[in-house]
Amino acid sequence: MTLAAVLVLAVGTYAFRLAGPLLRDRVRLPDRVRDLMTTAATVLLVALVATSSLTDGRGFAGWALPAGVTVGGLAAWRRWPFVVVVVLAAATTAGLRSIGVR
Amino acid sequence: MRSIWRTLDPPLLRDVAAVAAGAAVNGASFGAIAVASGLAWWMPTAMSVLVFAGGAQFMAVGVVAAGGSPAAAVIAGLVLNSRHLPFGLAVGDVLGRSWLGRLVGSHLLIDETVAFALAQRDPARARAAYWACGVSLFVAWNVGVIGGALAGRAVGDPGAFGLDAAFPAALLALVLPALRDAATRRAALLGAAVALATTPLLPAGVPVLLSLFGLVAAVGGPAAASTRANQEVS
Repeated sequence: MTLAAVLVLAVGTYAFRLAGPLLRDRVRLPDRVRDLMTTAATVLLVALVATSSLTDGRGFAGWALPAGVTVGGLAAWRRWPFVVVVVLAAATTAGLRSIGVR
Repeated sequence: MRSIWRTLDPPLLRDVAAVAAGAAVNGASFGAIAVASGLAWWMPTAMSVLVFAGGAQFMAVGVVAAGGSPAAAVIAGLVLNSRHLPFGLAVGDVLGRSWLGRLVGSHLLIDETVAFALAQRDPARARAAYWACGVSLFVAWNVGVIGGALAGRAVGDPGAFGLDAAFPAALLALVLPALRDAATRRAALLGAAVALATTPLLPAGVPVLLSLFGLVAAVGGPAAASTRANQEVS
């Protein structure tokens, strides 16, 4: 890793981040399209949840990780406090790994 | 800015603190891994302050550690971070209209801040949640990275603490309310299926972008959903 690489990655990432808020201001969009963009953000976040809990690299992440996320998801669905959701998910995955579940 | 801090209530701050604590530990593991791969301590630190995107940072360092070129690391990181453009389109309003707010706020556009902003009921709370989450995570992540880089190999494997489950679980809890809408749920499920199906075949980051194809399941959906709701009422 070189400093130049870090700077290019930083500038490129910042450009992606700044583009959304600026573009949104330039163009007047109908409400229907704005709603769709909000849905798009939710779709991206759910895809992140799915890929980061089921895959590692290009393969399956093992059972401990999705099991923990599922327990956290159930707690969230039962409207348990957010902190409990996060701790339960991590504790489940850590517990399963400690007894040898991958 | 003052009105933002007034809007923040203890439950929201507690939720933000939980995510920030996880970010600090993850940051420590990033700092330790980067130093273990042969980088000087200031390199992961500069990267964390300037790039501020955990996934892309882990990937870039991983690509180089596996023998890839810095250019390949940059490309992989940028592909992974391209999702921030649609995120910004969706929640850009929370940054307000001032240039300073936009320039600083854009740097805080990460998965967690977007999820926190989307989960709020009204625009004022969304703004407050976005800034509180963004500032807290920026501080927590960078302090964690510096600590991890200095401690080096003394930092344990974050997998042993199940921290890799905390991130998706937190995002899931934040998006769950939005999934009560049938059209959004259809789009999200189709999108997640597309992302999972393409993960073995494509470079990291691309499958998540492809999940946007799931939006076809939402087009025309809200109208159908409201018709259904009307029928249920009558």
